[in-house]
Amino acid sequence: MSLLAVTPDPLDLPALIRSVSGSRAGDGAVASFVGLVRDHNQGRRVSFLDYEAYEPLAVRALTRIVDEIAQAWPDTLVGVHHRTGRIEIGEASVIIVVVSPHRAHAFAACRYTIERIKQIVPIWKHEHFEGGDVWLEGATADPDDESARQTAYRIACA
Amino acid sequence: MRVTIRLFARLRDLAGAGELVRDVEGPATVQSVWKGLVAEMPSLGEYERTMSVAVNADYSRMSASVNDGDEVAFLPPVSGG
Repeated sequence: MSLLAVTPDPLDLPALIRSVSGSRAGDGAVASFVGLVRDHNQGRRVSFLDYEAYEPLAVRALTRIVDEIAQAWPDTLVGVHHRTGRIEIGEASVIIVVVSPHRAHAFAACRYTIERIKQIVPIWKHEHFEGGDVWLEGATADPDDESARQTAYRIACA
Repeated sequence: MRVTIRLFARLRDLAGAGELVRDVEGPATVQSVWKGLVAEMPSLGEYERTMSVAVNADYSRMSASVNDGDEVAFLPPVSGG
């Protein structure tokens, strides 16, 4: 299983944990994050989300995040799978797994990964709610924006 | 020369297509491809200040040069996760 993927298929956290942690006997910690589709957003009753990605650039952006993590927390290994297409309430849209010899780096790198995904990975939520639909727009993606990267790092280490 | 333009999310909805092939005059930049697109579809212009751009599926800048056969993508602010 590839450690980085953007896929229309349902996500499998136990399988990703096995892939990330399988070959590293020196690891003592696994941190994971699962992002779920929730039934409300900004006062709207959400029916489902439809995720769109620019897949080759999304994988490149995830690779960049992994490279940044290798610099900041060199003893970690990261796996990220992001789902695309229609995702129902309660289903996972993203799963992140980080292994490390110790918990501090695993937690920090896991948080850093989701913060950076929201900054620079070209994926969009199309929210379908009771009475309409709307494209959600967050950050203008700029991987070279050092202040954004520092913000993600500060949040990760808070 | 000929370029492929990729549009995503609301930009794609506004244009009514996610992929457009256009003949552009060289030497071209991402900026000149964008100007041509907005001349054709003025409603896209609201994204000029907030979008990101990519050339051949790699993040780029408005000033970057564009060559025959390139894929130029215009990306609204992202909302993954």
